Amino acid sequence: MMKSAYFQSVSSSRGYWLISAIAGVITLAGLIGAEHMESAGHWVTGMSNQVVWGVPHVFAIFLIVAASGALNTASIASVFGRDDYKPLARLSALLAIALLSGGLAVLVLDLGRPDRLIVAMTHYNFKSIFAWNIFLYIGFMFIVGIYLWMMFEPRMNRFTARVGTAAFIWRLVLTTGTGSIFGFLVAREAFDSAVMAPLFIVMSLSFGTALTLLIGMLIFWINGATMDPALAQKLRRLLGFFVIGVAYLVAVDHLTKLYVTGHHQLEQFILVDGGIYTLLFWGVQILLGTVVPAILLLLPRFCQRGYLIAAALLVVVGALTQVYVLIIGGQVFPLELFPGYSVTSTFYDGVIADYTPSLAELALGMGGMGLAVLVTLIGIRILPFVPVQMTGENQD
Amino acid sequence: MDMKNSSPASPRRTFFTQASAGVALLALAPGVRLVDLALARAQDEPASAAQRWGLLVDVDRCVSGCDACVSACNTEHGLGDSERPQTDAQWIRKVDLVDHNTGHQLSLPLMCQHCEEPPCVDVCPTGASFRRADGIVLVDKHTCIGCRYCMMACPYKARSFIHEDLTGQKTHAPRGKGVVESCTLCVHRVDRDESPACVEACTDAGREALVFGDINDRNDPLATQLAETTTRELRADLKLNTAVRYRGL
Amino acid sequence: MTQRFVMALLIILSLATSSIADVTLPSYPKGKGEHCVEPTDVMRRDHFEFLKHQRDKTVREGIRTPRHSLAGCIDCHADKDAQGRFVPVNAKGQFCQSCHVYAAVKIDCFSCHAARPSERVSQSP
Repeated sequence: MMKSAYFQSVSSSRGYWLISAIAGVITLAGLIGAEHMESAGHWVTGMSNQVVWGVPHVFAIFLIVAASGALNTASIASVFGRDDYKPLARLSALLAIALLSGGLAVLVLDLGRPDRLIVAMTHYNFKSIFAWNIFLYIGFMFIVGIYLWMMFEPRMNRFTARVGTAAFIWRLVLTTGTGSIFGFLVAREAFDSAVMAPLFIVMSLSFGTALTLLIGMLIFWINGATMDPALAQKLRRLLGFFVIGVAYLVAVDHLTKLYVTGHHQLEQFILVDGGIYTLLFWGVQILLGTVVPAILLLLPRFCQRGYLIAAALLVVVGALTQVYVLIIGGQVFPLELFPGYSVTSTFYDGVIADYTPSLAELALGMGGMGLAVLVTLIGIRILPFVPVQMTGENQD
Repeated sequence: MDMKNSSPASPRRTFFTQASAGVALLALAPGVRLVDLALARAQDEPASAAQRWGLLVDVDRCVSGCDACVSACNTEHGLGDSERPQTDAQWIRKVDLVDHNTGHQLSLPLMCQHCEEPPCVDVCPTGASFRRADGIVLVDKHTCIGCRYCMMACPYKARSFIHEDLTGQKTHAPRGKGVVESCTLCVHRVDRDESPACVEACTDAGREALVFGDINDRNDPLATQLAETTTRELRADLKLNTAVRYRGL
Repeated sequence: MTQRFVMALLIILSLATSSIADVTLPSYPKGKGEHCVEPTDVMRRDHFEFLKHQRDKTVREGIRTPRHSLAGCIDCHADKDAQGRFVPVNAKGQFCQSCHVYAAVKIDCFSCHAARPSERVSQSP
């Protein structure tokens, strides 16, 4: 086992193997789902010519956005000089790489032609934000890798702040790019908006911090240890503020659209009579995913660890729902080609499209989460990512 | 037969070119292009921006319930019916409209609008979605990775994704699982100086609601009609400068 | 020690390479006409370059010369079965498939491209 004064790798334990096994099974299920989708074709999924991006994309976008935000804890330590966050810095960077790997794996496996990945990596249309994102994602892996090197190697520690700043800026650009994938879509009312980029930035902070808390606490649990209460309290307040931040930008997005007569039908659909989408928006995204966690995270009376875990879990559920309502809800609503007319056709113009996620899609999406957890578990075992306080040793 | 400089269909092609040139010179009915032999592109020359292929849809002549254009397109390209309409490819579809306030009813065909500034081309990460020099917007299916971003970006929902294995494809319309496709303006026919299958079918059905031609050629009947009658683009506020225009909408 | 190792290696290699004698060389139905659009040895080495170059010219620029077109290959090299119907060129024992199986190179053309000549060709004598 590798050890420095402050960090060490994790030794095996029953809890470690149990979580690894669960993550392994989930990842395997994802691979099986992907193989089924690729060999039979996408007709076996719930996706169609109306809803072209389904649950795999929901998970992929969630993981990619969370990956960017997971680096935040390290950024606070390196860029903003807050030493009290340093114990989590290495783990935060590992999580960023792990979550991004999971998200990218899902994205690639959902392609119509995943065998053409080489084509995607050698042919670029630089007007496409998608093409830029490919560079940003791969570059992010490299930069975080170098950032980790600076943190691990004592002789390079003096460069940590500089590389950390570069990584911080890179991830802001990356998340702006991810948001702009949707924000640049002039064709679709739900997406065409400059608010998508900043919304995704705040989403990344919220999702990333929630996952850092949850996976951090999981590692503590595996090792029979507990997180330093002062650090837990700081992360709790941060998450609370990020959740409010997301709510603010969601409100701005909807209030702006509500002001514009042309968008009233879309807002009516999402907010009032969209059936499952309205229920998911108000019931899960807003109530369970924003209001309840904000209360649990920011009011002093809910300071126990159990509330923190519950709040972080609710934030994750709310996050997945938010991405679902955004991506799927934005696609089921028909394009407005003929204002003033009601429209029918054989190609589902003018009607709310159907979408029911299939098992293969859910498996693939969850497989991405499983892969992220697996990468993290492998990482903490082979290299000293984890602060000694987390390993159950040196406890008074 | 000497393999080096002919293909088995060559006598047919020569006949076709001459016959259609002859017919075109005699009759100027909509849907039949006036072929100026001096300007017709040779097969081994690249498409050029000197031409811009376009389509005019006369909505007043289009009838609800008639889908000659759709059937012709499906037959021409081997678009099958897998009994899964939500995932079947449709390159052209008939749209029926009813005005909310007045109750006025319309019917019109809707296909790829072959924009001059196509959003689908902008967003394609590999450059598979591209605009040919003569204005036809196509998917290079060799480079398409099936990401479906162009389908998200198209303001007209013109693109289809192929959701299953295919067999029995037409030689002139290669298509397979996992790539995206849309109306090609019958590029294989246009390159032979013919007009698209939908245009011919509409003419054959006696409605003549579709006019095909070269927008850049002042003497072309399409260009003349565009100059002399009121036509508009769909979603004109997006300023995409589509090659497909509608009259009577 | 080294001597024994070299002997063992030589024996293994000769056993391995002798098995090549058992592999069936490609055999496929003869194409139409006297000869192909390019000499056989040129085709063997470079046919994929011709096809790849031609496809980009055709798709991107609209240049449709029949000499190196895939449809042109199929028009000549497709065989007919006992009932006079064309057999797909990527079927077992047919033109494309027999060499590609021998060379163990997977091709992706026919998931999209028609493996039989078009109807216009089928109808010509």
